[in-house]
Amino acid sequence: MSLETHPARSSPQDKLVTMANQIARFMESKPYAEGREGLASHINDFWEPRMRRQLFDMLDAGGAGLRPLVIDAAPLIRRPSA
Amino acid sequence: MKDFIIPDRDFGTPAAKSKVMVTLTIDGFDVTVPEGTSIMRAAAEAGISVPKLCATDSVDAFGSCRLCLVEIEGRSGTPASCTTPVAAGLKVSTQNDRLKKLRRGVMELYISDHPLDCLTCSANGDCELQDMAGAVGLRDVRYEAVETHFRAKNTSGEDNPHWVPKDDSNPYFTYDPAKCIVCSRCVRACEEVQGTFALTIEGRGFDSRVSFGAKTDTALTSDCVSCGACVQACPTATLQENSIIDIGTPERSVITTCAYCGVGCSFKAEMRGDELVRMVPYKHGKANRGHSCVKGRFAYGYATHKDRILKPMIREAITDPWREVSWGEAMEFAANRMRGIQEQYGRQSVGVITSSRCTNEEAYLVQKLTRAVFLNNNTDTCARVCHSPTGYGLGQTFGTSAGTQDFDSVEETDVVIVIGANPVNGHPVFASRLRKRLRQGAKLIVIDPRRTEMVEGPHYKACHHLALKPGTNVAIVSAMAHVIVTEGLMDEAFIRARCDWDAFQDYAEFIAAPHHAPEAVELLTGVPAAEVRAAARLFAKGGNGAIYYGLGVTEHSQGSTTVIAIANLAMLTGNIGRPGVGVNPLRGQNNVQGSCDMGSFPHELPGYRHVKLDDARAVFERVWGVQIDNEPGLRIPNMLDAAVEGTFKGLYCQGEDILQSDPDTKHVAAGLAAMDCVIVHDLFLNETANYAHVFFPGSTFLEKDGTFTNAERRINRVRKVMAPKQGYADWEVTQLFANAMLAKTGGATWGYTHPSHIMDEIALTTPSFAGVSYERLETLGSVQWPCNEANPEGTPLMHVDGFVRGKGRFIRTEYVATDEKTGPRFPLLLTTGRILSQYNVGAQTRRTANVIWHAEDVLEVHPHDAEVRGIRDGDWVRLASRSGETTLRAEITDKVSPGVVYTTFHHPETQANVITTDFSDWATNCPEYKVTAVQVSPSNGPSEWQEDYAGQAALARRILPAAE
Repeated sequence: MSLETHPARSSPQDKLVTMANQIARFMESKPYAEGREGLASHINDFWEPRMRRQLFDMLDAGGAGLRPLVIDAAPLIRRPSA
Repeated sequence: MKDFIIPDRDFGTPAAKSKVMVTLTIDGFDVTVPEGTSIMRAAAEAGISVPKLCATDSVDAFGSCRLCLVEIEGRSGTPASCTTPVAAGLKVSTQNDRLKKLRRGVMELYISDHPLDCLTCSANGDCELQDMAGAVGLRDVRYEAVETHFRAKNTSGEDNPHWVPKDDSNPYFTYDPAKCIVCSRCVRACEEVQGTFALTIEGRGFDSRVSFGAKTDTALTSDCVSCGACVQACPTATLQENSIIDIGTPERSVITTCAYCGVGCSFKAEMRGDELVRMVPYKHGKANRGHSCVKGRFAYGYATHKDRILKPMIREAITDPWREVSWGEAMEFAANRMRGIQEQYGRQSVGVITSSRCTNEEAYLVQKLTRAVFLNNNTDTCARVCHSPTGYGLGQTFGTSAGTQDFDSVEETDVVIVIGANPVNGHPVFASRLRKRLRQGAKLIVIDPRRTEMVEGPHYKACHHLALKPGTNVAIVSAMAHVIVTEGLMDEAFIRARCDWDAFQDYAEFIAAPHHAPEAVELLTGVPAAEVRAAARLFAKGGNGAIYYGLGVTEHSQGSTTVIAIANLAMLTGNIGRPGVGVNPLRGQNNVQGSCDMGSFPHELPGYRHVKLDDARAVFERVWGVQIDNEPGLRIPNMLDAAVEGTFKGLYCQGEDILQSDPDTKHVAAGLAAMDCVIVHDLFLNETANYAHVFFPGSTFLEKDGTFTNAERRINRVRKVMAPKQGYADWEVTQLFANAMLAKTGGATWGYTHPSHIMDEIALTTPSFAGVSYERLETLGSVQWPCNEANPEGTPLMHVDGFVRGKGRFIRTEYVATDEKTGPRFPLLLTTGRILSQYNVGAQTRRTANVIWHAEDVLEVHPHDAEVRGIRDGDWVRLASRSGETTLRAEITDKVSPGVVYTTFHHPETQANVITTDFSDWATNCPEYKVTAVQVSPSNGPSEWQEDYAGQAALARRILPAAE
């Protein structure tokens, strides 16, 4: 049935990239250290482990498409336990 | 059942606000009242009711009926007590031979032109004319009226030209001119209380008649918004609720709280047996002060609508028809499924959605279900899609997620900014209070892409309407802040005393940059720079400045940033911490505030404490006897994403229709379809239930005890006035389900026997609710949190001496354009909103006579955009975005600017959310409902999607007859 076969839309990975970059865009207006810390703590506070795991999968693969601040903040983001 | 009959005396004229007290003598008794009080009210406060007809304490005195005459020693004549103010030392007599004779004479004249059909009159037993005839001892009428207004024909059988037939065009009340005494109370209520000015007195002298609008208008075709204020003010049967005409007078009343919008109006549910006769706004209700709108006052018929599901139902697959079962079987089925899912896919594979329509106690239990029984934090609520950015933005700047004021505060406001909200439609009772203040001269600035009903009304007009392009809120509010900072209009003393000075300096440097100037953003926003400058200056220097905002602020990819920008603006101008100012989010649903307070978000325990905090978890771990997950759980969009991925399989959704109300319907449908167990707990088979395996029938607000928390943080009691038609209040259903789950895991079962016990647990665990109990609510009527040892009677105004977080924090607000952009394929911007008569997804209001005002969603298109597309008013049009398409009818109007189209989302047939996209707020994932790039073109009828959807819905709603 056509309800389930909707047109191609952004993949889960694309969505996460968009979301992380949106946070980065806000944090980039702050001084660098504050923004980097702010981005990491925002993701730590609001992203559930599954999303963080997917983010780390992308970061570990080089972080294609992610804004530099996301990549810079990665060491401050809590890696979910397996 | 507890019955609350609270005396609701009419004091005749409104209370005076003076602090200066005056003592006078009335009938020999000393009375002390505030200066400016009428003699009538002073007498009433001393327990003496002066006879009256044209006076009532909801409107100013008028002095027309001449029944309330009194004598004052040393003054000549017999002045009307309603229009005569008290003065120190007056000696007033309300009853003597002269007054008695005069009053009887007045009554004789009234009665000579009034039908004497009291026994069959709908106001029998509830008629002030009848009461006054008794009070003045009317025994006969000496006048034989030659001409009357109430006889349809004269004695010769000729039509009486003065007789006007009943107007029953409004579905909820009837206007019978034959019963009218032209006291003008209805006209004044429409003007003073509601502010619509739909009623007038036409003609002069004997020809004076109450009239809706122009001579050719009826109640329905006039400007009347059916708020019911006139009906309530009417002393006779002239304006009468149809329910009273049908049923008769009520025998008792119970004070409760409306279950529609976030204003949280108090009502008297007037009952006869277990039949609700009418809902009357309660004048001691602190949110509404005796006023109401068409929804709360009249649109309660859904509670007994035939579509209501009263038996639990289950099915193996969503392609099967429903099977009615016992509560026990439904619980067993649901618990087995959810348990099975968790065993197979893990603890995190299930979750809940709490309802912003249910009570605090019910929301608390649903989040407890996921945290203490499912053992994860996968709880979210409809606030995700409306006010989650408020929680984030105000939390970051002020330290707590709540409006700063009470609604009374608007009475002391001098300049109001209404941004991204249309209270006239969305929060009508607040709008009436705001409009009253505007008519007194307060200034208004409206920031909205559409010329909303708020912009201009009877006897007021916004000084500035900044009709910005959808999606540019941050640019506009920042530009206003730029003007205030660069022109030195800020309140430096306030900022130094109350805010973090370093953060302010950083912000000031940021906002002073030239790219924030109104001239620089004019091209983005479409708003002339001079208008922005003038609005900023007015707000900064116009006295008490208050900001009210709604979902037009939050439902954007920069929703949280706009909330921060608004908080910055209030701090810059020193407009925090006293009456008449503040930052006031207008909440959508009745208990959005409460459901957020109750820990419905996946990262927060009740009272806005992050799950990562060990001491916060420890409080609940001690009371609940479980270990609480320290990781945030899934938000609604995450649940749906995870479902499509195959890791999220089970959902308990109480009182929320995510398929209709959440954006990108196809994605929601795909997520729901991918789950193994969807439990819908609702009054009706809503759209989400098309994808459900278990249906728990819900109870209405009339059928349960509990509390709602409105937009001013006010905790109001909801009282059970009738037994639940399906057997259980919603909190009992959640408890049954929790216990069915716990029976499988061997956990200790829940044993709440009354919602007050749940509130006691909330008070025990949540500091801002520490002082709340049903006992205190009985005593105080309502209370605004924080209510604790420091504020035992609650907190009407927040941040009075200091911000909750200590110093207020300015935060930079860089404008970032949304990714949702117009282009050749989708050249128009769609924005969405509400209409007065309908509520949210319409599940309730569509099942009432309110459909007479709004039977379908329509698309507002500017004449220019319509003309180039060949669209005429009333045509079917196809509305398409990159997400999907639908069809609806067009309304050609210049309320929207060229390039912008607008619709409501009240009807499932339209499915406006098929169009909206998955873009969302950067901080909270609140969807960007308010901006979607679309194309509009002529159409012949429903889209393929609509037909598929209707077909699927019809199949999904089949119910097998119960096997007896």
